[in-house]
Amino acid sequence: MEYPTTVEDAVALLAKHGDRAMFLAGGTDLLPNMKHGLFEPEVVIGLGAIEDMKGIRKDKDGSLHIGAMTSLTEVARSQLITEAAPALAQAASVVAGPQIRNMGTLGGNVMLDTRCQWYNQSHFWRKSLGYCLKKDGTVCHVIEGGKKCVAAASNDTAPALMTLAAELHFLSPSGEVALPIEELWKADGTWNKNVGPDALLVSVHLPALSGPHGGAYLKLRERNAIDFPQLGIAARLGFAEDGSIFEAAVAATALGPRPILLQSTTKLLAGTTPGESNFEEALLELCAKAHKQLSPLANIPGDETYRKRMVPIFLKRALVLAAQP
Amino acid sequence: MRAYRLEVNGDKIEIAAPEHWTLLEVLRYKLGLTGTKQGCDKGDCGACTVLVDGEPELACLLLPGAVEGKKILTIEGLAPAHRCRGGEGADPIQESFDEAGALQCGFCQPGVMLSARALLNREPHPSCEQIADSLSGNLCRCTGYKQIYDAVEAAADKEAELKTQGAD
Repeated sequence: MEYPTTVEDAVALLAKHGDRAMFLAGGTDLLPNMKHGLFEPEVVIGLGAIEDMKGIRKDKDGSLHIGAMTSLTEVARSQLITEAAPALAQAASVVAGPQIRNMGTLGGNVMLDTRCQWYNQSHFWRKSLGYCLKKDGTVCHVIEGGKKCVAAASNDTAPALMTLAAELHFLSPSGEVALPIEELWKADGTWNKNVGPDALLVSVHLPALSGPHGGAYLKLRERNAIDFPQLGIAARLGFAEDGSIFEAAVAATALGPRPILLQSTTKLLAGTTPGESNFEEALLELCAKAHKQLSPLANIPGDETYRKRMVPIFLKRALVLAAQP
Repeated sequence: MRAYRLEVNGDKIEIAAPEHWTLLEVLRYKLGLTGTKQGCDKGDCGACTVLVDGEPELACLLLPGAVEGKKILTIEGLAPAHRCRGGEGADPIQESFDEAGALQCGFCQPGVMLSARALLNREPHPSCEQIADSLSGNLCRCTGYKQIYDAVEAAADKEAELKTQGAD
């Protein structure tokens, strides 16, 4: 165990130990995965003593700066966030249960490992069945003959941050990198990120949005607590002075290896006004399109046909909620 | 082995434990505080809930090094903490659980009571929804939760009453 007190020291320590080390944020996913033998770090670099990585503040330009080590509870309760980014506050408030939200961090949720029913199991279980593509094996138990891991992105905050066009600030041995969250993901369940495991997510920035806007995040799960999402949909609507929509963003998680930002939502919804028939019509068209485009895979709890049927329903509910600023 | 400086139930303790042990293992197998239960051991059930600086966290997913310098309260410390605040007997939450019959096998009870303690510290008059939400990370397989929610409501009333008496 190492407990550095600055981000520079943390990154240097990880560079020193290389593949043998991992960062530990809240530990609510890392520790279960270590107990299952999925992560086998010899050195764990705890980030809890780095004060610079905690807290939420509003910068002069109106943007929000959220330290990656800010707890999910704090994100969910922060007045700055509930006002400026309701979808993010809602997403943070439904991650797992209260204890895990007290421990778990926003950065940890963004950088969460992908999940699969054939992967998130004990070593005994995985060994008995035969290892899979994501860990130790060469076969995929989800897609017959599959050569690419399809473990599912299961982070609730990711789609909310995508609708808010968040920018992620990383520090790696090669320097600082600022990445729009949309560019973080790749469709590879083994490691679904375009930064290496040696990059430390230091903070999340939410740009200031012009004019009034509303947002919402809805999560499908078996129980109303503890569970990972079986489907998660975030929506954001920006309104013009006359109450009509001028921009719209929708993103979904728990479908496949990466969270997905739906394309051309602004094109479909711009100019329509909630409460009027043009909004209802555009909503139906968008829901039908999303139902066609978004296909959950059969590798996390919840029947995939049911989850697919819930796509348009959750999308509609999320947009209706977002339309009430 | 690694040496840790912990503050558990008001006691400052120096203790050595294998480096891969969680706080739960240190509490149970080094300090003998077996009131903190080892349930699923992977963050699902809430049986290992302890208060860290007043907020419920899961001891099975905490490394002891991460809570050095923080105040840990386990179920064993709940009644003494109540008496340190000038109260008598057990914590009102414990009394109410007893009166409401809010337990059957009792395995989830330490965690549930600590989650309830954190709630009442933050919100002395919680709504039923707030109670359910605050206890949503603690699984109980016996009671169906009804008596548990009743007990927390009764504890809130009891504390309000005690406060009024104190003010007289």
